[in-house]
Amino acid sequence: MAEVKLKNITKKYGDVTAVQNMSLDIPHNEFLVLVGPSGCGKSTTLRMIAGLEEISGGEIYIGDQVVNEKDPKDRNISMVFQNYALYPHMTVEENLGFSLKIAKEDKEEIETRVREAVQILGLEELRKRKPSQLSGGQRQRVAMGRAIVRRPDAFLFDEPLSNLDAKLRTQMRTEIKKLHQKLKTTVIYVTHDQVEAMTLADRIVIMKDGVIEQIGTPLELFEKPATKFVATFIGSPSMNMIEAKITNISGELYMETNDGISVLVPKHKINSLAEGKRISFGFRAEDIVPLKFGQKPKNSWSIKSKVNLAEPLGTETLIFTNLGNTEVVSRMFTPELVNSNDDLEFALNLDRTYLFDGDTGLAI
Amino acid sequence: MKQIKKIAFWLLVLFLLILICMPGIWIFVSAFRPNPEILSKPANWIPDRWTIHQFTQMFSINGYVSVPAFKYLMNSVIISSVSTVIAITIGMMGGYAFARFNFKGKNSIFLSLMLARAVPGISLSLPLFILFAKLGIINTSFGVILVYVAMNVPFTIWLTDGFFRQIPKEMSEVARTDGCTRLQAFWNVELPLAGPGIGAAAIFAFLLSWNEYALASIITRTVHSKTLPIGMMDYLDEFTINWAGMCAIAVVMIIPALILTFIVQKHLVSGLTFGGVKG
Repeated sequence: MAEVKLKNITKKYGDVTAVQNMSLDIPHNEFLVLVGPSGCGKSTTLRMIAGLEEISGGEIYIGDQVVNEKDPKDRNISMVFQNYALYPHMTVEENLGFSLKIAKEDKEEIETRVREAVQILGLEELRKRKPSQLSGGQRQRVAMGRAIVRRPDAFLFDEPLSNLDAKLRTQMRTEIKKLHQKLKTTVIYVTHDQVEAMTLADRIVIMKDGVIEQIGTPLELFEKPATKFVATFIGSPSMNMIEAKITNISGELYMETNDGISVLVPKHKINSLAEGKRISFGFRAEDIVPLKFGQKPKNSWSIKSKVNLAEPLGTETLIFTNLGNTEVVSRMFTPELVNSNDDLEFALNLDRTYLFDGDTGLAI
Repeated sequence: MKQIKKIAFWLLVLFLLILICMPGIWIFVSAFRPNPEILSKPANWIPDRWTIHQFTQMFSINGYVSVPAFKYLMNSVIISSVSTVIAITIGMMGGYAFARFNFKGKNSIFLSLMLARAVPGISLSLPLFILFAKLGIINTSFGVILVYVAMNVPFTIWLTDGFFRQIPKEMSEVARTDGCTRLQAFWNVELPLAGPGIGAAAIFAFLLSWNEYALASIITRTVHSKTLPIGMMDYLDEFTINWAGMCAIAVVMIIPALILTFIVQKHLVSGLTFGGVKG
């Protein structure tokens, strides 16, 4: 039962800054996901909260206490590691009860809490097994059980699903979500997988180069990305992004790409743009559709282009085509057959384009 | 052709096996037969008469003591055990520090420890003798223990460092988030995992002390501190050598060493950490 607060946290390794001036409020019971490409400082942040990494500057609060100088054992947090880190010389139940044994809880209490965790995670059959006799998913479950047993103020997950195969990952993802709903505890979860972040999080923190790019709910990040980086990072397939310059053609503003394609600037963006400005304009795959198989959006711009490649995925088909020299991907939800080299007319929904400053990458 | 090659191969193996085992077998056989028979020409491979005469004399079972083997055995056991316990304790702490912490001059300290191992022990005998004589610890078990600890510490550090490195550092980290202090994490998690490795290192250190001859021959003088290898020389008289006695004391020496070697072999089987981290 605690909130976690980071105030201007900085971490330096010699001259290299891993995390810079990061501030974050995580209310009680929130599922917060730190996401970003490798090396963005997300794991370092988590390890600082756990107390496994010293802090170069700033303050960390768990509850209302500053924990900067506290050992990991005194922070009342539980951490689940990517490689599980189960104690190989102990059985499942010994692994689960270890933290309670260290805390000198009496035997009955240990047994009760271990039984509870075993039931929650469905590990009844495996109590007497050693970690080497478990499958990947079972090991991950034991690692989570070990965290539950402590009844911590906050759970820290460091890429817990990265070592599992795709199917198991989806399954465990659901289990983690359910677990959070059942336990009602603060969770801080680190991953590089945006799908995991979107599906699990109450709020997502996107990090890049040790700095927070944007904080928000999954839908906020998807609908209103603050930067070009966030826009391309969230969503699958990645947002199409084209470099362009604002030009004035007979009184109207156009976005002109490097290879001479001009697209009318959407009306609601006109006021914030001036002629000559360099921008990136982005649109998601579902917002550029082949006219033949879809409905023409109200405010659209069309172009004829050859299909480079089509990937039928059952519920949807991804069509790769060129817009000038840049390859873009279109997503179509009608189950029609599209072949490579087909000539199709694509309509881009101008109301759903995103514009970013060409220099700073900030949303316009 | 294939058959001939196979036979030739096994003959070669047999030859090498005999070559390696012969001295040991000869010692064992000679320990159980009368002295004259050892010297007979042509060599008598299988004794005509088996006897435990040398052993009964050595351990004064019939009242007469040829060589105080029991005292030597005790000296050997005490010196080897105590020096091993000290060396493995220091070595374990050192090895853990080298495996887990970063500190200034780490590499050069490690290198100098290894270099200390490279110095031939015997070259230190004269300075050691003078130093120990001045300190008044010549001919004491303490002196020998001191030498053996110094000899074994770099070796045990090197070995345990390797074993600790094999244990993922997440093991100690997860233990610490589970409520352990650093020491508790070491004691409850890392030490049990490195246990077989540390055991093997201890046995190696023990064997090194148990078999050491060169330095002990210089530091020990009397029954008070002589170890088994030095005691063996008691059978060397001015005009005669009691080969049977020597072989008998050698057997007493070899048996514990042999048993321990078998244990090391078993313990060196790695793979204990499998399953703890991703498999």
